[in-house]
Amino acid sequence: MSVLEVRNLQTHFFTDAGVVKAVDGVDFALNEGEVLGLVGESGSGKSVTGFSILRLVDPPGRVVGGQILFRGQDLAQLPASEMRRLRGNKIAMIFQDPMMTLNPVLRIDTQMIEAVRAHDKVSAKAARDRAISALSKVGIPSPAERLDAYPHQFSGGMRQRVAIAIALLNGPDLIVADEPTTALDVTIQSQILAEVQDLARDTGTALIWITHDLAVVAGLADRVAVMYAGRIVETGQTDDVLTTPGHPYSVGLLGSIPGHGQRGERLTQIPGMAPNMAHLPPGCAFAPRCFNADERCRTDAPGIEDMERVRQLRCHHPLTKAGGTP
Amino acid sequence: MTAMLELSDVSRQFVKKLDSIEKLAKKLGASVSESCVNAVDSASFHIARGEVVGLVGESGCGKSTLGRMVAGLLPVSGGTIRFEGVDVTDAASADAKTARLRIQMIFQDPMSSLNPRMKVEEIVGEAAVYHGLTTRREMSAYVAGILRQVGLDPAYAQRFPHQFSGGQRQRIGIARALAVRPEFLICDESIAALDVSIQAQVINLFQDLRRELDLTYLFISHDLSVVEHIADRVVVMYLGRIVEIASTEALFDDPQHPYTQALIDQVPRLGAGRQTYRTIKGEIPSPLAPPPGCHFHPRCPMAGPRCTRDTPVLRNDAGRSVACHLHDGGTE
Ligand SMILES: Nc1ncnc2c1ncn2[C@@H]1O[C@H](COP(=O)(O)OP(=O)(O)OP(=O)(O)O)[C@@H](O)[C@H]1O
Ligand SMILES: Nc1ncnc2c1ncn2[C@@H]1O[C@H](COP(=O)(O)OP(=O)(O)OP(=O)(O)O)[C@@H](O)[C@H]1O
Ligand code: SF4
Ligand SMILES: [Mg+2]
Ligand SMILES: [Mg+2]
Repeated sequence: MSVLEVRNLQTHFFTDAGVVKAVDGVDFALNEGEVLGLVGESGSGKSVTGFSILRLVDPPGRVVGGQILFRGQDLAQLPASEMRRLRGNKIAMIFQDPMMTLNPVLRIDTQMIEAVRAHDKVSAKAARDRAISALSKVGIPSPAERLDAYPHQFSGGMRQRVAIAIALLNGPDLIVADEPTTALDVTIQSQILAEVQDLARDTGTALIWITHDLAVVAGLADRVAVMYAGRIVETGQTDDVLTTPGHPYSVGLLGSIPGHGQRGERLTQIPGMAPNMAHLPPGCAFAPRCFNADERCRTDAPGIEDMERVRQLRCHHPLTKAGGTP
Repeated sequence: MTAMLELSDVSRQFVKKLDSIEKLAKKLGASVSESCVNAVDSASFHIARGEVVGLVGESGCGKSTLGRMVAGLLPVSGGTIRFEGVDVTDAASADAKTARLRIQMIFQDPMSSLNPRMKVEEIVGEAAVYHGLTTRREMSAYVAGILRQVGLDPAYAQRFPHQFSGGQRQRIGIARALAVRPEFLICDESIAALDVSIQAQVINLFQDLRRELDLTYLFISHDLSVVEHIADRVVVMYLGRIVEIASTEALFDDPQHPYTQALIDQVPRLGAGRQTYRTIKGEIPSPLAPPPGCHFHPRCPMAGPRCTRDTPVLRNDAGRSVACHLHDGGTE
């Protein structure tokens, strides 16, 4: 069953330099226990998509259109008070910087017990037990003793794990994780990925994992969505997309990563640079950088292929047919 | 092969000042105090002319500190660094100064290392004029040549840094380093802040420059797949100490030190399909209170009693250097 269904989401920023269509018609659905990897160029709207789902977009930004159906209920229409009740309870977010979650002047136990009791009227003792169990789930040794520490007494990797533990506290149905391991070392990163994998498998929590790192997506995600200039340009089963990318941008992105060719061989470059989001070209936003672009690409924006299919592509000249393995 | 750069027992200590969170905590009555870190602890290795040596290890293990000492931006606390035989750690010597000009460093964050109020032409040309590589009158032509070398349109010379994309800014930083005609480049996480598609441009540029200008590199990065791509040899650090040195091929195919093994095991790989991530036990210990003996022993699956007692030495055996008791008489 779908935990989340995002339909034609549009989030725009109304700036002096013009309207920035940071998210401009994003569609995707997420089932229980499913992990969706959200990748794409810097500035393509990945974080804004995540913030929109949690209704954390601040002015001059605003969700201007579309639906965010969480278990059938449209979050875009929900009163702020009800949204607050869902956030940190049924829906949680993990940020790149754990200090976005943690309060530097409060002890970990105070923060965690408060987070439990804000949504669940249990005794302090029960809340404390739940905090201990969440900390041990994310691999923090002797959690009961660490509870009375302040955030500064933890290393960066530990702080991130505490932030993840807080996201897990109330057994959310959906977690949006925005580059939570980018600043961490590979050894700590894989520890966190292991915990996240178990979580999706054991509790059915659905995950949106935003990252730059396609290799992480390869190992973690069931499905991947590639964003460019505010839109999803390709989505499908992770293996399909990574082995036979269909959108020229996905092809370029994959080619630019070291590790598949010969050591020392030249890497494929995507020419040009990311578009100015306040002044997007009229046709396909990728056309100025695309090796396959023709006149049609420069004038008509391509639509996305059939929503029902597993593999979707937004391109006039895809390199693979949409449809994929059903 | 004679060494271009040679480090012998190079060390650096820091007194660790409190960060903002700690200062705040102290004001609120928590007991935090300043302490001493051995950021780099007796590092010895060499780099041959024309070689690319990768330097890898966890955050805080001392990579940047080592790089900054080699670049002459930070004095050593002990040991010597020789560049073509000249001791560059001797700040007073004139030979050291000329030698140091031939070593340049490219920094992690292209924006914060470029003066926002200077035009590209001045950023790139300033040091070259100062060191007499060109004159103020000929600077424009000189800079134009260097900008072309890094793939930037010379017409950009009159622009300011904020008018460029991340990848272009990183090229300006590279142009600035190249302007003084260095032979040795230290790249400290020079591509970490860039978008994946832009990273490829800069990696390719490094490879081209290596060929065209016969450059030698110390390439610092925590991205192992990038290091695997670009380096001939790799130096692995853990908590201030070098634990393994090997050719890139040998290191990735057959890592010897348990830490290197764990590290290479954890690198996410594109072609590997769905992975089951494994948890390695143990926390990265604080550099302020590193474990005795082998610093890695609390996390090491192979550790024995000797590992908690004696510090393993970096031993060279058949071209591979490893600092681990397993490779030096056993862990009992
Ligand atoms: N407060 C804001 N005001 C104006 N524009 C904004 C604001 N926040 C974000 N944007 C714009 O929205 C677009 C999408 O930003 P977003 O942060 O979602 O990118 P991203 O895909 O997460 O990139 P990255 O990989 O660099 O984190 C960008 O072009 C950005 O400039
Ligand atoms: N100026 C300084 N004052 C005090 N301590 C410092 C200073 N510079 C570095 N250190 C400490 O020295 C150790 C090594 O730091 P260094 O910056 O060399 O690590 P690194 O390997 O480059 O890490 P990263 O991958 O995060 O850049 C760390 O514990 C750091 O806190
Ligand atoms: S010396 Fe001992 S603890 Fe250190 S890496 Fe070798 S076996 Fe492991
Ligand atoms: Mg982002
Ligand atoms: Mg560093």
